[in-house]
Amino acid sequence: MTSPDIPVLQARGLIKRYGNVIALAGTDLDLMPGEILAVIGDNGAGKSSLIKALSGALVPDDGTITLDGKRVSFGSPIDARDSGIETVYQSLAVAPSLDIASNLFLGRERRRKGILGSVFRILDRDAMRQEARRQLDGLGIMTIQNPGQAVETLSGGQRQAVAVARAAAFGSRVIIMDEPTAALGVRESRAVLDLILHVRDQGLPVILISHNMPHVFEVADRIHIQRLGRRKAILDRANVSMSDAVAIMTGAMEPQDGDR
Amino acid sequence: MSTTLSTNRPSGGAPSEGDHPHRSPLTRLQHLLHAQATIGPAVVLLLAVIVFSLLSTRFLQPANISLVLQQVAVVGTIAVGQTIIILTAGIDLSCGAIMVLTSIVMAKVSAEHGLPGVLALLLGFLVGAGCGLVNGLLVTRLKLPPFIVTLGTLNVFFALNLWYSGSATIRGTDMPALLLWTGQTFTIGGTRVTYGSIGMVLLVALVAFVLKNTAWGRHIYATGDDAEAARLSGIRTNRVLLSAYGIAGVIYALSAWVLIGRIASASPQAGQLENLDSITAVVIGGTSLFGGRGAVVGSLLGALIVGVFRNGLALARVDVLWQTLAVGVLVIVAVSLDQWIRKVRP
Repeated sequence: MTSPDIPVLQARGLIKRYGNVIALAGTDLDLMPGEILAVIGDNGAGKSSLIKALSGALVPDDGTITLDGKRVSFGSPIDARDSGIETVYQSLAVAPSLDIASNLFLGRERRRKGILGSVFRILDRDAMRQEARRQLDGLGIMTIQNPGQAVETLSGGQRQAVAVARAAAFGSRVIIMDEPTAALGVRESRAVLDLILHVRDQGLPVILISHNMPHVFEVADRIHIQRLGRRKAILDRANVSMSDAVAIMTGAMEPQDGDR
Repeated sequence: MSTTLSTNRPSGGAPSEGDHPHRSPLTRLQHLLHAQATIGPAVVLLLAVIVFSLLSTRFLQPANISLVLQQVAVVGTIAVGQTIIILTAGIDLSCGAIMVLTSIVMAKVSAEHGLPGVLALLLGFLVGAGCGLVNGLLVTRLKLPPFIVTLGTLNVFFALNLWYSGSATIRGTDMPALLLWTGQTFTIGGTRVTYGSIGMVLLVALVAFVLKNTAWGRHIYATGDDAEAARLSGIRTNRVLLSAYGIAGVIYALSAWVLIGRIASASPQAGQLENLDSITAVVIGGTSLFGGRGAVVGSLLGALIVGVFRNGLALARVDVLWQTLAVGVLVIVAVSLDQWIRKVRP
């Protein structure tokens, strides 16, 4: 279904204006199969707008998005999800007072079989809890004991794990993670980075937005540098130093031709 | 390697879940109340019943219990709709006005225009749903705060009610028996119970089940908890809000039916304080005004607590002004408790 040379997700010439402010000035993006693509950029470079356009939370004024070579247009996050693109937002997009299983299945709950589910629309809570249990175990990092536990009783890293588990469980094409380690301590960051690698190793390409250069250089295969609403450069992690990446990002250095 | 854009904050790592050997009894209580919001009001109700039955021998007599249930039935039914709205982090000041308007519609179309009782009820439910949907549309389309929307529609619906009724009360004797059925009684163990109070309890059970066991119910909580997070999770939050206000409207129409049975008439001046009384019941019942937390069973308990306090203090020959003061103190205590519970730490 995918060939190694065709991008899974591709954006061309995305434009988004808010009044006089231009958030996206015709930006491109290419996500190749099985890679972790880090998107870095200074504040106001258009990272968030780019990610929101790809995840359906924002409708660009112009430009095209293709998934597996087919043109798509997302009017809402639901459209993007239906196409197999799952996003882990920085705000995590969890309902703190609901339990882990309810959060995992939020917006796509499972109903009971037969008339109880189809007519009376009753949820299959047991099945959802078992599946939640299985997903969290599958990610193999967290010590969550009870999927019936409220999310607000979890630590930051555990909440992140719930959000990542939700994306990994339902994402079939692409997973987008927005600043997944921003609010975490060293040990929890480590666990989430392992989680990202784990997801990639299972074959799902990942777009990782992060401010944290050491984390980016630790897990990314390629680095997309966003600057002033455009893609400034794509770098191969193996061929670039952290200081050069930061220099390009801040405009202190121009990328070499091969990086454009 | 000169620049990094963020710093790693060292931390103690993830705390382990499960056993919490270092919790004080107070923290344990906080966690218990956090997990089970209805325990608080249940304990308060139990204590109130015990205290008032000691203060007056008449308190636990069947006739008195029946009276409390009848007094609570209207506000208890409204509180079910109010709970749904408050769970979405909204508030409904127009609930009493919707109830009165629908009660006048039900009564007038049957008493003056000769519509059969069933059709009059159905028309009332439609009017209730319509009023609720107006609230919902204003909240979701114009993005106005629910407080302002329902403050406005409170006056609009009340004025419509005065206009349509001509400010005249419609007597129960002119209405079909079905409209008055909620005021009829049957006897359980020597206590006469109105069908209206039974209806209230069944409604609470039904809505509690739906909130817990359907996706719609989960989405009500998620939307009230964090609307943006719910939207990003793929919940159509505007649709959830609109349906919440619409269904609340239908429930207010049900309370209008209970009201007609209770006062055996339809008065355009009835129910003017039901909005604040229902919010009182919901808040005392442990539902958070910030949305996303609470239960409809708690609101029934809250309504019963208010009813029991008023009745018990009256039987103890305490002046009515002290009953009102007691209810006010209960509200403050309940909201303070909620604030404290919300500060719970993992």
